[in-house]
Amino acid sequence: MTSQTAYKDRNFIAVIGDEDSVTGLLLAGIGHVEGTKKNFLVVDSKTTISKIEETFIEFTKRKDIAIVLINQHIAEDIRQLVDDHDQAFPTVLEIPSKDHQYDPEKDSVLKRVQRLFGE
Amino acid sequence: MSGTGPRLNIFPTRMALTLMKSKLKGAQTGHSLLKRKSEALTKRFRVIVQKIDEAKRKMGKVMQVASFSLAEVTYIAGDISYQIQESGKTAQLRVRTKQENVSGVLLPAFESYMEGGNVFELTGLGRGGKQVQKCKETYIKAVETLVELASLQTAFVILDEVIKITNRRVNAIEYVIIPKIENTIKYIMSELDEQDREEFFRLKKVQGKKKKEQQVNEEEREATKNEDIEYEAAESMDLLENIDEDIIF
Repeated sequence: MTSQTAYKDRNFIAVIGDEDSVTGLLLAGIGHVEGTKKNFLVVDSKTTISKIEETFIEFTKRKDIAIVLINQHIAEDIRQLVDDHDQAFPTVLEIPSKDHQYDPEKDSVLKRVQRLFGE
Repeated sequence: MSGTGPRLNIFPTRMALTLMKSKLKGAQTGHSLLKRKSEALTKRFRVIVQKIDEAKRKMGKVMQVASFSLAEVTYIAGDISYQIQESGKTAQLRVRTKQENVSGVLLPAFESYMEGGNVFELTGLGRGGKQVQKCKETYIKAVETLVELASLQTAFVILDEVIKITNRRVNAIEYVIIPKIENTIKYIMSELDEQDREEFFRLKKVQGKKKKEQQVNEEEREATKNEDIEYEAAESMDLLENIDEDIIF
């Protein structure tokens, strides 16, 4: 079972998203920078998939992050990684972006829900 | 030998039988308890799943409103994204975790809280300051929705796992442990019966042997008796028939 220590120190929300999503969330005050370690990644057309993968793995491995927000269209690019993440902490949450409509069919958690109920 | 199927490796004694019987009772109690736990968790799980579904749809709307307000800011104050990305040094909006106990399972629930001052106080000071603050508030609300959704999702993942484990245990007890103990009890019973029969047979044998011995003794005694009579008779005959030479009269 998950022990108390597993999430006691998890205070931050990390975000991987396009410029608008990241800007908005940072404006809300979730940004945290320690030296060169940031808890957000702005993905644009020039960002490589390997860079996204790397950041995603880094965020899911960090011990101070409770929630990882990721734009759904970016999650699509690294679908395998997102689906493979089965740990309770940090929680990976797919969020809609401005340019991409939110599609519940593609969400990895909702997919699991549907699989469980055989729909 | 009866008790086909797997059984515990145990020496068949009466003590082992009592032990097995109490074990069977324990397994049955545990089974019913675990089954009830699994049912309670599943009930909870369904509620959470429903809530997740709702929250996900709500999130779509909230995010839409939020990005619209950001668009407003960009329209009035110009592009502030770079400024915002660079000025955020420590997180103002953080989450802390609380625990909730659902039939022995600790489910974490996130809760957002503010810490430290607003680092964006001066953002959009020239123009659009009001829009920036409004946008900030909208996004804080959006984050709160997201945090809520995240705790639901975490609860979902943990409950999913726990339900799987519980069901596995229930099935293991039902299909492996209880049959095993029942087989062991059957085995011990049959062995004990077998021992009883053996003991009975042994006693019968002993009795039979004793009877036989008695009979033999009887016959022997009879035989010796007869011999004695014959011998005595012969001797008495001898006494009569033998004529002593040196008898005077």
